[in-house]
Amino acid sequence: MKLHEYQAKTVLQKAGIPIPAGIALLSKEDIPAVLKKLPPGPWVVKAQVHTGGRGKAGGILKAQTPQDVESAAKTLFGKKLVTHQTGPEGLVVRKLYIEQAQNVKKELYLACVMDRTKGCPVIMASTEGGMDIEDLAKTRPDALFYQDVDPWAGLAADRAQALAQRMGLSGAALDAFTAVVCGVAAAFLNWDAALLEINPLGLSADGDLIAMDAKMSLDDNALYRHPEVQPWRDPSEENPLDVRAQEAGVNYIALSGTIGCMVNGAGLAMATMDLIKFHGGEPANFLDVGGGANQQQVTEAFRIILSDAKVKGILVNIFGGIMKCDVVASGIVAAAKEVGMTIPLVVRLEGTNVEEGRRILKESGLKLSPAANLTEAAEKIVAAAK
Amino acid sequence: MSILINKETRLIVQGITGSAGTFHARGCRDYGTQVVGGVTPGKGGSFVDQIPVFNTVREAVEKTAANATMIFVPAKFAKDAILEAAEAGLELIAVITEGIPVLDMARVKAKLASSGWRGRLIGPNGPGLITPGQCKIGIMPGYIHKPGSVGVISRSGTLTYEAVWQLTQRGIGQSTVIGIGGDPINGSSFIDLLALFEKDPQTEAVLLIGEIGGRQEDEAADYFKKNMSKPMAAFIAGQTAPPGRRMGHAGAIIEGSSGTAAEKMKNLERAGIRVASSPEALGETVASLLPSGKSLKSR
Repeated sequence: MKLHEYQAKTVLQKAGIPIPAGIALLSKEDIPAVLKKLPPGPWVVKAQVHTGGRGKAGGILKAQTPQDVESAAKTLFGKKLVTHQTGPEGLVVRKLYIEQAQNVKKELYLACVMDRTKGCPVIMASTEGGMDIEDLAKTRPDALFYQDVDPWAGLAADRAQALAQRMGLSGAALDAFTAVVCGVAAAFLNWDAALLEINPLGLSADGDLIAMDAKMSLDDNALYRHPEVQPWRDPSEENPLDVRAQEAGVNYIALSGTIGCMVNGAGLAMATMDLIKFHGGEPANFLDVGGGANQQQVTEAFRIILSDAKVKGILVNIFGGIMKCDVVASGIVAAAKEVGMTIPLVVRLEGTNVEEGRRILKESGLKLSPAANLTEAAEKIVAAAK
Repeated sequence: MSILINKETRLIVQGITGSAGTFHARGCRDYGTQVVGGVTPGKGGSFVDQIPVFNTVREAVEKTAANATMIFVPAKFAKDAILEAAEAGLELIAVITEGIPVLDMARVKAKLASSGWRGRLIGPNGPGLITPGQCKIGIMPGYIHKPGSVGVISRSGTLTYEAVWQLTQRGIGQSTVIGIGGDPINGSSFIDLLALFEKDPQTEAVLLIGEIGGRQEDEAADYFKKNMSKPMAAFIAGQTAPPGRRMGHAGAIIEGSSGTAAEKMKNLERAGIRVASSPEALGETVASLLPSGKSLKSR
């Protein structure tokens, strides 16, 4: 689950990390009320959307006077932000965060991520903050410093201090950085974060640090431990089809091709997309219907795939293990009838009770074409969707 | 021979009284696995079919001399279930449970490492493992497998079934088939298991099935080049997957360019591993590694 900047900053504040004075502006109607409560200026007015690269896309505006704040807010509300992460369709700005502008000497980078290879959280830090971290990793890998975090005990102060020293910090900045890094590690563990990034982390002439931007996402599997974040969920930031898929218990990701796919299991679903491409087609989606794949799920999965107008045909690829093919076949037939399937449907079934499953498909009266193996399935659906 | 499990393996099932636990305990027993007990706190003294249920893993181990466990407990209790199994001295822990918080797995790994436990953790969020004809610990359909000489390791469930089925249809049997699970942090990596396959006299070739994300396949490629004498085939799922859909911004930095299927395939090929470009060619690619005729030999 992704958090907005203003939400992530309350997390940082609770962890003792300094943040600029700010106020969230959650709807256009609230502008007059919020203008009365502004912290001392000047300000930055920041779009709250779940993407990086907001500044470059025009989602962050400076304001010298309350009138500037008001006009910036009016400009940003409803604006479509297109960044390198959103794709051409962009994201519509529905929430803003107004913050006191900061005057800093230097911008640092600080993040904590779960390192899959090491199997523990890792702090990444650099004195070259503010820029795109992926670019930094490519152009100046020597400027990035790492420190493992003990998943039980967190980050000990002496380790944090050693990291600050490796980065070349000294004096007040070294002490401030040590405290902030420990706070970030603690917040990462306490909140079951998947990512916690402060970029830039501003360093003042006096050696004070302040979190100027914050990006945070939480591990979806651990949300049950954090009921307090439930109200933070922002459905307006989520693709409606993704939400529908989540509710139906299927994994769906829209793509740009014309061949819809419904598969059981994530690995086989990805491999099925690859197969379509290998045979000259383009997959319209990734869809893992899950281990159970009951009739209800299959029906909803068909509806989700069909809501994409580009789809010219659907390939169903099920390897029935524990799930029996005859049960799956009945589900597919009922679902196809229920949604009134009019486009070509190729079904490849394999596994337990496959003969019975194929018989059910054949006798269904539906215009679907069965396939005995992956190659036949791919050839049939690519030809049908041309 | 085979790796990790065989006819002698004595299995308990943690979470045996839940519907999935009961169903798959039966499935494993029907395949021929010695399912000697189950554990559900508070249900000790009862039976599932004729399988005795205990309150704790320690008690189950004392009474049944079990040496392996299959875990089905709900995600929020999985961390403690794994640690309990390791403390009771079990040598093999296969975790089927899906949806365990990543931090819990990080904590499990740290604890297992510091405790000096010398067993092997497989999963979570995987189908388990099977030595065809001898022992099944997991949720895979047993009948698609055939005893033989190809070791299979995979991050996927149903894609592994597909691969195994293609092998079996060609008459190529398997030594042991292992799903390491689809989570970011696994109990065992590809490398851990490649080392075991290299040592196993029955295994003559290995099929690795990877997917996008992480660096495990690249590490396996390096390991293969430096340490393995047996031929290896591979497939990477997700050649058409869009970038950036699962990982956050800073995550991509550790992944680097190694997270894409194209990069992984290139690294595997460079190391001398034969890579199938399409999933329909899994069986064929493995067959091309084996001396003709030998592949038909089962034992």
